[in-house]
Amino acid sequence: MSSEFKKGALGFRQDTPAERFFNGLIAENPTLVLMIGMCPTLAVTSSAINGLGMGLATTFVLALSNAVISALRKTIPSTVRIPSFIVVIASFVTLVELLMKAYVPTLNKALGVYIPLIVVNCIIFGRAEAYASKHGIVPSFFDGIGMGIGFTCAITVIGLIREFIGAGTAFDVQILGEGTVVPGAVGNFLSGYQPISIFIQQAGAFFVLAFLIAIMNKVKANMAAKGKDTSKFGEGCCSSSEEKAADKIIADKEKDEKEAE
Amino acid sequence: MATILSLVGLMISASLVNNVVLSQFLGLCPFLGVSKKTDTALGMGGACIFVITLASLVCSIIYKFILDPLDLSYLKTIVFILVIAMLVQFVEMILKKYIVSLYRALGVYLPLITTNCAVLGVALNNVTDGYTILQSVICGFATAVGFTIAIVILAGLREKMEYNDIPAPFRGMPLVLLTSGLMAIAFTGFSALK
Repeated sequence: MSSEFKKGALGFRQDTPAERFFNGLIAENPTLVLMIGMCPTLAVTSSAINGLGMGLATTFVLALSNAVISALRKTIPSTVRIPSFIVVIASFVTLVELLMKAYVPTLNKALGVYIPLIVVNCIIFGRAEAYASKHGIVPSFFDGIGMGIGFTCAITVIGLIREFIGAGTAFDVQILGEGTVVPGAVGNFLSGYQPISIFIQQAGAFFVLAFLIAIMNKVKANMAAKGKDTSKFGEGCCSSSEEKAADKIIADKEKDEKEAE
Repeated sequence: MATILSLVGLMISASLVNNVVLSQFLGLCPFLGVSKKTDTALGMGGACIFVITLASLVCSIIYKFILDPLDLSYLKTIVFILVIAMLVQFVEMILKKYIVSLYRALGVYLPLITTNCAVLGVALNNVTDGYTILQSVICGFATAVGFTIAIVILAGLREKMEYNDIPAPFRGMPLVLLTSGLMAIAFTGFSALK
């Protein structure tokens, strides 16, 4: 082995556990940088605790399915890899669903149908396809952990923002508005806050995410102005691939019409 | 009479009150991605109506006659996702072979639907809510109609906004999300219908 190695995220050695972890957490954060897996990001962030629970459930599925898919990568023929990946992922999702039903029934009820829908979360399938099917078991496992924790942090923060503005609470502790836990004159001042309840309703999710993506667009523009690499930034949602497909459909149609003339 | 009324109520609630995109956040990817033009939005909506109705029917039949009697209901996520993926492929093949005109109108959208979480979400919701097969089909159909309404309205709005002067960071996705947020507020008005 030569002493030279490829540098990965944040200057760590490529494909080591630590590099994978920080890559998922910061350099390629799935929600804020790659912008994939937007459906759960919008749906379950009405409070920080829901965000945290959803994030941890996703992390569990992501890490274990990455490890299993990586272990099976030489066994699965590439023509049937998509259904095989789906079966592996769906098995772990079922496992998580049963575990949550048994040990945290209230959280399971709050997250509802979004727990089984982890199956179609594009972060998980995306990582299986892009990383786990090409790399060893240990880096794949830590890739899943890093991506999962990155996702968890991002959606917990979004949940916290929405909860704080919309209900005046943080992790279910009343901070702003009536019944605040802060004592004294400061508490008196804070209790005058009137929660903007639209933020914990559906519309608030769209607004918060819109501003978040606008901020990331600004960051991206600043980085590009300084000549840094911005190729990893996504366009928002897994829809960028769908948008391309839709553009192709429109182009094809126009071509057909011209030929018909 | 009472059953018909309850079915109509189910339809209104599934399509407008609990709109699949704007209040349940399912199927966001095509909603945000394929809503640039009204034409394509309509096509996507049509394909969704077709697939979601069919998937609701097949999934609830499988649940009622196979999974539930054998006490295998915990396998529903795995079974449903595979059945839906297979169904979409199958529908595509059948349409291509036998109903060419329909294939030309909807075919291009079918591969995009496999990854649409609304299909799986509706199938799972039907089971959790304990709907009969007829109710599941009606609910699936109405949900997809709700999706079509939302995506066509959004596409119309986006066509109008295309030439507006917007601050650079808000161009593209943020503006679409803000528009959807305003639509979500408008749709909460339907909750009075409950």
